[in-house]
Amino acid sequence: MKILVCISHVPDTTSKINFVNGDTEFDTNGVQFVINPNDEFGLTRAIWFQEQQGATVTVVNVGGPDTEPTLRKALAIGANEAIRVNAIPTDGFFVAKQLAEVVKSGNYDLVICGKESLDYNGGMVPGMLAGLLDFNFVNSCTELTVDGTTANASREIDGGKEIISASLPLIIGGQKGLVEEKDLRIPNMRGIMTARTKVLTVLEPVTANNNTKAVKFEKPAPKSAVKLVSADNLDELINLLHNEAKVI
Amino acid sequence: MSLLIYAESSPDASGGKFKKVAFELASYAKKVAETLGTTVTAVTVNAGDVSELSKYGVDKVLKVTNEKLVNFSAKAFADVIKQAAQKESAKIILLSSTTDSLYLAPFVAVGLEAGFASNVVGLPLSTLPFQVKRTAFSNKAFNVTEISTDVKVLSLAKNSYGIFENKAAAAAEDFAPSLNDSDFNVKVESVEKASGKVTIADADVVVSGGRGLKGPENWGLIENLATVLGAATACSKPVSDLGWRPHSEHVGQTGKPVATNLYIAVGISGAIQHIAGINSSKVKVVINADAEAPFFKVADYGIVGDAFDILPRLTEKLAAFKVQNA
Repeated sequence: MKILVCISHVPDTTSKINFVNGDTEFDTNGVQFVINPNDEFGLTRAIWFQEQQGATVTVVNVGGPDTEPTLRKALAIGANEAIRVNAIPTDGFFVAKQLAEVVKSGNYDLVICGKESLDYNGGMVPGMLAGLLDFNFVNSCTELTVDGTTANASREIDGGKEIISASLPLIIGGQKGLVEEKDLRIPNMRGIMTARTKVLTVLEPVTANNNTKAVKFEKPAPKSAVKLVSADNLDELINLLHNEAKVI
Repeated sequence: MSLLIYAESSPDASGGKFKKVAFELASYAKKVAETLGTTVTAVTVNAGDVSELSKYGVDKVLKVTNEKLVNFSAKAFADVIKQAAQKESAKIILLSSTTDSLYLAPFVAVGLEAGFASNVVGLPLSTLPFQVKRTAFSNKAFNVTEISTDVKVLSLAKNSYGIFENKAAAAAEDFAPSLNDSDFNVKVESVEKASGKVTIADADVVVSGGRGLKGPENWGLIENLATVLGAATACSKPVSDLGWRPHSEHVGQTGKPVATNLYIAVGISGAIQHIAGINSSKVKVVINADAEAPFFKVADYGIVGDAFDILPRLTEKLAAFKVQNA
């Protein structure tokens, strides 16, 4: 089984979010970039398939040269090889088009993406990729096994889950549950050393439309201070929620 | 040239009830349609009483009834919406932000060669060029997105606009889109769903517990408060990682987003990732023994104190309040 794991390079979840150039660009100053958490759950599951079922795992990212350390980290975790499509990802459709080319030329059986990236939160790349390739697609995927050419999966739905079966080739929009938090791997020294010699191919992008563009960013308005209520005066809290906030 | 919305209903072979987000979406669509001088058409799938939509400004309903569509299939539902959009020559397609709508949205966008913006909050900032505001960086910021394609797909963030009545005379007509067998290649084998429980997605109020509750055996305190408020229960990431509560209750940046009217956090310190996930909630209440907990910086109301002392008393008082105000 050939697995492609699509990786977004995103600010660490604890990052302070600021903007520069008249609020048109994200301020990367002092920001640590990581593998998008939803993608990392998928990558770790892919490594499980590699170890248990002899799958090969390729990781791919659409991004500039500055994203290579993130791909090297994925290699250090255990991916066999990496691909970087050399383009700045500004629109979900553009990214999906690039990934579609990679999938077509690599004949992958299983493509694992995160259900959304934690920077733009667009949540559209996996589904658009499935739409472009006409592959089966399971979003918000929390469990995945593969037996021959059949995949069994769970999808999180509002208030429960669906048990799903689909044949390969398949695209997954993954999230926590594919593996548990405790199963995530921190690259060890051997992994980091090996990753240096693994193949990282750089591809030039294909022509594709940018259907959308982010014109400007804004930070939320500052919040007014919390109103503290004494633990001995719970009636006051009820009064505030009823008469002031009007939520009960 | 009308605007098309997909009005989502709960799955039910004998005619599902509309979700609240469908009414919010209709209210929003009506306002956008007024700006553009056009009308609102809704497409429904196996919904019951579609006349309800007219209360919120829907002018026309394309009613799809098909037993193959009782179970959700993203591809098939996207096909339905795509064909409805083509029939109406709709240039703007509006969807909700439920798990199902976000699943099908990219298929609709690819199928119609449309630009797609998700998590949209507020009315379009301009229509020429077409610009909308959306949340990004896990609710830590907004971005203004410009869509340059002729056809546009938007998904509206839950609870970001509100529900407004606006009576129209909705004409309903049956609509039978053509579906392919390949639309059903992803098969739903079974659905596991707790019945009778308020889900985080549907709830107006969410009561959430953290490590401050000390163990799963104390969750009765959270559940009792939730029951009185008709609320859904949720938890912080450490609590789900420890296995005290199921993953489906984990809210935060890598868990479920919460955009509710009232969010009550008990024994949750308020890590930046947790706050990101719940920040779209309108009113936030924190109960925590540690007055220095970061949650107090983002909450509207707070009580410094012992949850084990406060929760039973608060639950009792709220129960009495509810009886009085019933």
